[in-house]
Amino acid sequence: VSISHDLSIWVAAILTLFIFSFLYKDNPLYKFAEHLFVGVSAGYYIILNFWTVIVPNLWDPLVKAFRGEGVDPTHHGFLAASLGDYRGWLIIPGLLGVLLFTRLFGKIGWVSRWSLATIIGVYAGIKTTGFAQSDLVEQLHGSLQPLWTGQLASTVNVLIFTVGLITSLMFFFYSREHKGTLGVVSRIGVFFLMVSFGAGYGYTVMSRVSLLIGRFQFLLQDWLGIR
Amino acid sequence: VTRWLERLDRRWIFFGMGLLVLLPLLFPLSLPLTVSNRVRAFHDGIARIPDGSTVLMSCDYDPGAIPELVPMTRTALHQLFDKKCKVVVTCLWPGGPGLVDNTVRAVADEMHQVDGVDYVDLGFKEGREAVMVLMGQGIANAFPRDYQGKDTRSLPIMRNVRDYSSFPLLVNISAGYPGTKEWVQQVQGRFHLPMVAGVTAVSAPEFYPYLQTGQLVGLLGGMAGAAEYEKLRGEKGTATRGMDAQSMAHVFVALCILAGNWVHWRRRREERAS
Repeated sequence: VSISHDLSIWVAAILTLFIFSFLYKDNPLYKFAEHLFVGVSAGYYIILNFWTVIVPNLWDPLVKAFRGEGVDPTHHGFLAASLGDYRGWLIIPGLLGVLLFTRLFGKIGWVSRWSLATIIGVYAGIKTTGFAQSDLVEQLHGSLQPLWTGQLASTVNVLIFTVGLITSLMFFFYSREHKGTLGVVSRIGVFFLMVSFGAGYGYTVMSRVSLLIGRFQFLLQDWLGIR
Repeated sequence: VTRWLERLDRRWIFFGMGLLVLLPLLFPLSLPLTVSNRVRAFHDGIARIPDGSTVLMSCDYDPGAIPELVPMTRTALHQLFDKKCKVVVTCLWPGGPGLVDNTVRAVADEMHQVDGVDYVDLGFKEGREAVMVLMGQGIANAFPRDYQGKDTRSLPIMRNVRDYSSFPLLVNISAGYPGTKEWVQQVQGRFHLPMVAGVTAVSAPEFYPYLQTGQLVGLLGGMAGAAEYEKLRGEKGTATRGMDAQSMAHVFVALCILAGNWVHWRRRREERAS
């Protein structure tokens, strides 16, 4: 046993114990740690975004563009966009970013919708094409498998997969009441879905227990020095 | 027993769980661990790339995922550096850049790798999928400066790096959004860059379809995946040391579920009888 002499490790260990104290009951120590976490996180994210987004992505390129640094000499002005140098145009996303804050001023709050519309439009476009290629087309392609593979074990696997796929899909067919053949098929689908939920639950338990193990490893190894 | 279970204060369950996690960490049981095919595929995916290649590694997580994802990151870096690969590291999670930099630097120092020559940490960039798309037009365009503030284009490691076509493999270690799903959708699908992923257990089931279709070459799921990978590499890291506690906790949860269902079934039977 060799207890840490690092102050930051002591602060982290004590705050961890404060958080664990909630398991007994809610108390001021837990509340202190929780509020501290929220405050520190908010401060951290503001500073991080300022120095990693606003300054390198907007401020620095704009300043350079206004000064004409790195701009193609055959072009003039801060909007002198040559191939690969569109820095002057960053004034537009910068302005759209500022417009988001109009939500704080009741009457002109509607102006922020222009910025939101741009964000939603761009992300919808990016997501749609990516999803269509990787989730729709590729997954459809992967689901179309030959039912006889030449080997018994893999053939059984493919049959289970195909039955599971079709019956699970039929469970989500709501245009007809789940009676008769559809009722039987959708009920089989429910069993496959339950297996999937069970696997999901098992993995969730593993993730949550991992967090506890991580904290215990920190307390035992980094704080108390038990190896 | 039913009455006792019904009245049991849930804090006893917390206490039991705490003990079952703590004791195996103090007194390891060395329970057996089998390496699954998906973990072997992750290992082989890295093993197959030519020695000395430059690999893109995106570590998209924050401190909440340390127990699961840091061991994966360490082991993957060990394997890559063993193959004399150069590693370009990025992070798309705002809470992660400091943690990722510490982890990468620790492994690099341990294996005598030189910053800017054998590896580079490009740090964090806000923009999620937009950053992934932008990297397709040029890695240095998206990350003009590295985590240390050095000009990315001036680094020796970046001389042969233009865009995704410069990499034979993408290693993604991810705790959620943006992460593996977005890398598959925006990069693997569009740029046909082979990809292996290490993810938190809670998100792992979501990625099995990608594994089945070959969109992911290999997959590490949670602490178990990290421990299996460590076993395959002959290492004994924090994931392996945590697996005894993990197994005991799972047995305890399973027993709690059985006990809860038994109490519920007994109560329902009594209600019907009365």
